[in-house]
Formats: sequence, C-alpha cells, structure tokens
Amino acid sequence: MAPVLEVSGLSTVFHTRRGLVRAVQDVSFSVNAGETLAIVGESGCGKTITALSLMRLIPMPPGEITSGSVKLDGQDLLKVDEATMRTLRGSKIAMIFQEPMTALNPLLTVGKQIAEMVMLHDKASSQVARKRAVEMLHHVRIPEPERRAREYPHQMSGGMRQRAMIAMALACRPKVLVADEPTTALDVTIQAQILDLIGDLQSEFGTAVVLITHDLGVVAETAQRVVVMYAGRKVEEAPVGEIFARPMHPYLRGLLNSIPHVNSARGVEVDEPVRLQEISGIVPALNDLPPGCAFSPRCSMSEERCTRERPPFELKADDHYAACWRA
Amino acid sequence: MAQTPLIDVTDLRKYFPIRKGLLRRTVGNVHAVDGVTFSINAGETLGLVGESGCGKSTVGRVVLRLIEPTSGDIKVTGRSIVNLGRDEMRPLRRQMQIVFQDPFSSLNPRMRAGDIVGEPLKVHGVGDPKDREARVAALFARVGLRAAQMRSFPHQFSGGQRQRVSIARALALDPGFIVADEPVSALDVSIQAQVINLLMDLQREMNLSYLFISHNLAVVEHISHRVAVMYLGRIVEYADKKTLFASPQHPYTEALLAAVPLPDPTLKRTKHRVDGDVPSPIKPPPGCHFHPRCRYAEARCKVEAPVLKTIAPGHEVACHLR
Repeated sequence: MAPVLEVSGLSTVFHTRRGLVRAVQDVSFSVNAGETLAIVGESGCGKTITALSLMRLIPMPPGEITSGSVKLDGQDLLKVDEATMRTLRGSKIAMIFQEPMTALNPLLTVGKQIAEMVMLHDKASSQVARKRAVEMLHHVRIPEPERRAREYPHQMSGGMRQRAMIAMALACRPKVLVADEPTTALDVTIQAQILDLIGDLQSEFGTAVVLITHDLGVVAETAQRVVVMYAGRKVEEAPVGEIFARPMHPYLRGLLNSIPHVNSARGVEVDEPVRLQEISGIVPALNDLPPGCAFSPRCSMSEERCTRERPPFELKADDHYAACWRA
Repeated sequence: MAQTPLIDVTDLRKYFPIRKGLLRRTVGNVHAVDGVTFSINAGETLGLVGESGCGKSTVGRVVLRLIEPTSGDIKVTGRSIVNLGRDEMRPLRRQMQIVFQDPFSSLNPRMRAGDIVGEPLKVHGVGDPKDREARVAALFARVGLRAAQMRSFPHQFSGGQRQRVSIARALALDPGFIVADEPVSALDVSIQAQVINLLMDLQREMNLSYLFISHNLAVVEHISHRVAVMYLGRIVEYADKKTLFASPQHPYTEALLAAVPLPDPTLKRTKHRVDGDVPSPIKPPPGCHFHPRCRYAEARCKVEAPVLKTIAPGHEVACHLR
C-alpha cells in the first residue's frame, strides 16, 4: 500500500534577531491510510512546527521551509501555489489544535463554522451544508446536535468544543488529519472519550492521522508508528511495540524511565516510592545547538565522539531507526 | 498513633456567591467545596486528585486561609485557625506555604530571583540583610540552583528552574506544611521528574507535609502516602495510596483510573469509559453528584447524597453501593 502522506527531508527555519533558529531539520516519515503516526517530544523539539509545515501554516517571514517535500497522494504540497493549497486544506488535509477555544471563531455558531467548510470545499448549498454540519456533530457524539449547532463555542465545555473541532476537521473527509496535542487541555475522562472518538472515526473514514503529543501514554494507546524528536531532529522511529519494548536512544529511554506509572492498573505492587530517573539539564536552545549530537550534554552515555560528530539517523534493527553512536 | 495531625480539616465548605443585576443580588452559589474532611500528619503527603472544577485548588487555598471558608474548621497542630485575626495568623503563615502551578505567573517578572526568595524573610523580619542573603544562597543551593542565578530575572530561567525558585521561596521560612497546587503540570516530563524528586528529597530531610493537588494520577500515586479523590466539591474516596490504586471502590475513582492512558502498548484496556462532562458546580445534580455519569447508578443514588463511610480501616468511600 502506498502511503497517503510522505514527508521527506523537511527543514523549517526561523530568521530571528537572535540568529537562525533551526526548528525542524531533515524530518522524514510516511503514513498509510487508516494508520496513526505519533510524533513525540518535549516542548521546543519541533513537533508542532513539523505539523504546521505540513499544513503550510508557517508564517513566512520569519519562517521558511528550506527544503524537503510533503507528498499527499503524490502531490507535493510545498510546490503548489497558495490558492491550490487553500482548496486542499480542509478537504484533503485538516488539522485540529490543542486549544479549541482559540481555534474556533467565537462570533459564529458551531454549526455555521462547520457548514462554511462544506460550502467552500464541496460547493454545497447552505441548506445541504447545514444538514451536513448537524450530521457531523451527531457523528462526533454531541448530544442534541440540532440544538448544539446553533450554539456558540463559549456555550460548550472543553470536551464538547474539541468534538466540534473534530467534526469540522472531518466534515469534508480529508485523507490526512494532523492532530496537535488534541487532548492535552482536557481532563482524563474526557481525553479518553476524545481518543476513542478519533480512533473510531479514523477506522470508519480511513483517515491517516499524524498525532503530535508529549504524552507517551497517549502514544501507546493510539499510534501504530512512532517518531521521537529532539531539538528539531528525529532521534528514533519504529513501530509502537518496538518503541516501548526496545527503546534505543538514551533520550527516549530517559523519557520512559522518568514518567511515574499508575502501577496498580498494570498489576504491579506499589512499593515505597522510588526516585524517578531524571534527565539532567534542559533542552538546548534551537539557535545555539551543541555540535555533534544535540542530546550529548544531557546524555549519561555520551562519549567524546558524540560531542564532535552528529550521529546519522540509521537502521539499527528490523524497521527500527535511531540516531545515536552508542545504540 | 495518637499523634495530633499537623493539619486537621473538618467539614470545610466554600461557596462563591453568584451576583447578578444592578443590586448585585446573590442569585446562587458555586459549591466549590462542599463539606470536605481530611487530616495530614507531619512528614506525610496527602494527594488530592480530581478533574478541573472539582474544587481541589479551592481546598488548597482555603486551608491556608488565602480564601476564607464559608464554614468548617481548620486545625493546625490542634489549634483552630478559622477565627484568628490577621496578627494572630501571621506567625502561623510562616509554617504554611504554597507552590503554584504556573511558574510564569507566580513569580514577579521585575524582581530578581534572589529577592523573590528572600522576600518572605524580609516580610517576617528574619535576620539582617547579610543573614538573609546567606540564607537565600543556601536555599538556592538546596533546590539545585547556582548562587550566581540569584541575580537573574524570572524570564532568564527555564520552566523547571522557575519552579525551583518557587519552591525555594516556599521553603524560606522553614515551613512544616506546603500546599503544592499542580506543581509539575506545566513542566515537560523529563523536568517533571526532577521537580518531583526534589520535593520528595526535601520532605525526607525537613519532615515536610504536603497537600499535593494534581489531576495526574500517576504523579499522585508516586508522591503521596494517602490520597483523596474529589468530585464536584466533595471527597468521594479517601484511602492510603496502595489501597486506593489497587482496589478503588468508588465508581468515579475506578473510571478515573481506567481513563489514564498507560505507556505500554501491550496492555489492552477495558473500555469502561464514563460518558458526559463534569456537571456545573452551580447546580450540582441531586443525590450523588456522580450519578448521571455512573454506570452502576440506582434509583437511590439520584435522590440521596451518600456520605463518606469507612469500609475498611483507613478506607472511606461515599457510595451507596459499597
């Protein structure tokens, strides 16, 4: 099966007064229909900029996509003109954001906002579009969709707004959904509902999902394939089972060891509190990256070579890639 | 085990009036905290978990009397503090401190970090400027910051370092009790671990007690000795950590635990999801607040509010079905 979305060699920089900020460097991945690819990493690792680059929503200037291609069904999104891109956004590739309150227009009813999408992309009449909007709200399991369609975003709870945003994103059945931390602002019981919903709609519509998150629990539950980013670059990539069973990069291993677990839920006896493993130091500034491996100053396994030469991103085991001299 | 708890809270309530119209008449109340009882011993951490809007942060602030309670009693080492005046509260305030969630808004951007940490000392007239500076330097070292950073402004610190400054400020007056209100929620996971470890080290060394407020069950399980689960202003379950996480008895606790995504793809989870949203604390549902979302709810749950009852030593649950 040919992947729906194929990103290769994507690099995005920002020209700032403090110098060139290399937010995303040489990032490649591909996603098949109906599959979820998770991009994980901490703040400032470039995961959101990667997502925005796919959508061509990087403000230029100061931003600039310096190289790479983003092929959606074979068509390079980085090559098309802005007018074409506008027709593709929403109809072929759509995005949902972390904070639905800022992503929705506070002055329009939710139904109207969804209908607008349908009218614009499918050239539907306002009546048809309106019906589709209500249908979509029903689809994302919003109770009383007819009434809710007439409500404004502020009248809804956070979970409900996120559902409305998903309804809007999926209204024109895009092939790819880019979800940037879609549940980070939500409570855990609501998060579980939204993750289930995205999964169900994905299998129903065959949508490919690029899920941006910092939460390894969310990754384990939803993704088939995982890309780990650090300081703008991919440091590891593998199927989800591999990532958790045999993490290779010291950064990923550190991350996995630094999160406290809900032990009882996994049938483990709770003993006296143990110290969590820390990753010392902080993420380097993207305009002042260390030479060699960007993780080397924080890495416990770092050796001389790591501080000098950047490790290539290469195949280390069956379908398991990492960028580390020591892995 | 007949020790007096450091903090003893009984039937604490906080209602915020909703005022409307020209005369600002009270038209209703937000039942933010609706009869909460708990105690914390010296050197102990009580984890307070719940979803947004359940009143957990209000509890933290009311316990410190940063917000005045509507009713109920708060005892600190056996002495009631709810009726104390400003001057009587002052020496007590030295013993009770708070660390907030957002290290960006809880530090004055125009003050140097050293002055921020030294301010409680100044306010309470501890030592002369020289002593204070030495004390601040020691606090910086204690929380893992360099003495040179005393001259820096908050924006020059990373999120984790800022939280260390907040913790140093809370420690300045040698308190016995700290309310930690979502202290690691705004931090990246690798930094989260650093701050959690710091809090636990400090507890061991200084015999601190924490009221650790969080929505993150994994973090609460890690750091707490006992845990209270809140839902819409009430505690629905209260037990030692091991009991609560191994055998949750309240359907809400069960649902919360089931909803946490686990970082292990080999685990197939049961899909026992709770539907719906948390209802408004302005008009909480009658009877058990959780009944509209509860999959076990019976007729009785809709009319009669369950009270916390002890079902095993040290394990209390507010549910008709247990």
